[in-house]
Amino acid sequence: MLAFDDHDLHGNSAGISPVAAAVVTRLKEAPALKPTQELSDQTIWMLAVRDARDRAAFGRLFDHFAPRLKAMIMRSGMAADQAEDVVQDVMLTVWRKAGMFDPARAQVSAWIYQIARNRQIDVIRRETRPVPEELSQETSCEPAADQALALEQEAAQLRAALAELPEAQRTMVEQAYLGDLTHGEIRVNTGLPLGTIKSRIRLALEKLRHDLKELRAQ
Amino acid sequence: MNTVAHQIPSDILAAYAAGQLPHPYALVVAAHVSMCDAARAEVEGYQMLGGTMMEAEGPVDVSATMRDAIFAQLDAPAPVEPEYKAQGPIPAPIMAALKGKAPKWRGVGLGAKQALVHKSDAGTVRLLHIPAGQAMPDHGHAGLEMTMVLQGAFYDGEDRFGVGDVEIADEEIDHTPIAAGGEPCICLAATDAPLRFNSRLPRLLQPILGI
Repeated sequence: MLAFDDHDLHGNSAGISPVAAAVVTRLKEAPALKPTQELSDQTIWMLAVRDARDRAAFGRLFDHFAPRLKAMIMRSGMAADQAEDVVQDVMLTVWRKAGMFDPARAQVSAWIYQIARNRQIDVIRRETRPVPEELSQETSCEPAADQALALEQEAAQLRAALAELPEAQRTMVEQAYLGDLTHGEIRVNTGLPLGTIKSRIRLALEKLRHDLKELRAQ
Repeated sequence: MNTVAHQIPSDILAAYAAGQLPHPYALVVAAHVSMCDAARAEVEGYQMLGGTMMEAEGPVDVSATMRDAIFAQLDAPAPVEPEYKAQGPIPAPIMAALKGKAPKWRGVGLGAKQALVHKSDAGTVRLLHIPAGQAMPDHGHAGLEMTMVLQGAFYDGEDRFGVGDVEIADEEIDHTPIAAGGEPCICLAATDAPLRFNSRLPRLLQPILGI
């Protein structure tokens, strides 16, 4: 995690580019920001990829996510080399579609997760997974900064809630979200930390309302 | 803000986010999420849960050659993917399933029309066009049926379903939706099993219509 203090903004301790640092500065200076909040390294790397096509940042994203994606994909019984093909497709999509990443609406892990699930379904079921229409909106940091930071806090709470799940429950939720995609289940346990999910939903709605208001004002 | 009175239940939205939902229903959920901000926010919540769990996976070594292969491709032009937009009442994911072509409507009697969107072993998705005030053919079904309103409205008993609303009927329900007055009702309907009509004529037509 990268805290908002001068050392991190100027130093390269997290290996961030000047552009990413500028993004952090913009976020730091945004109104209604609580100084105790912080953006994750993953978010900063992803913003550097999105805004500056920063290859070093992409390398860091790759080193963090590729081994985890491979683990998830191999749960479906896919052989290691085939799983790597899927990981390669997913990470290339991350690079190419970086412009769609909006830190106020999604954590990097959630954004990559949904790209990976799409790709897994395309490969396993040989049909294109239906996806919703993208919201047309400018990806601008300033008005969304407090939302992005609030999302980081939600993510931390979600991680804590997941860690506290009883083993059996956790296994069941993992099975649904990470496991095999061939059963075609109609209903899936939403996962126990429902309070956290609900507040995530409330946040997302506030963000959508904000965007729609902006769009109308233009 | 769009508000939808008849929401898709959380466990079905979660199944969609987790990639578990069978294709026909996933088409309806993608269409619904395109039209309903609350459902979009909820799906994004479950994606966050999935992402958090993916990130907590014990890492598995990846080959250096794969890493190099990706970096070698970063400058290559990205393949052009067709982008589909909503057309009139038909949401973008359905236009994508139709590959951007206008639906092929076929009369099914009494002014009602249908157009096939998807048919596979997993089930069927159709567009239905029902004249105002007219009943959809009386039917029961073997599996789950999801029906979303794209234009107009329909009544099923006491319940009114407007644009964006989804009716979810399991095999217990023998129902007769009736299009509301005003404009024709256009619906998107997904089933995982062929419909069985309760009146004689539609049952005879069933193999011909492919529903």
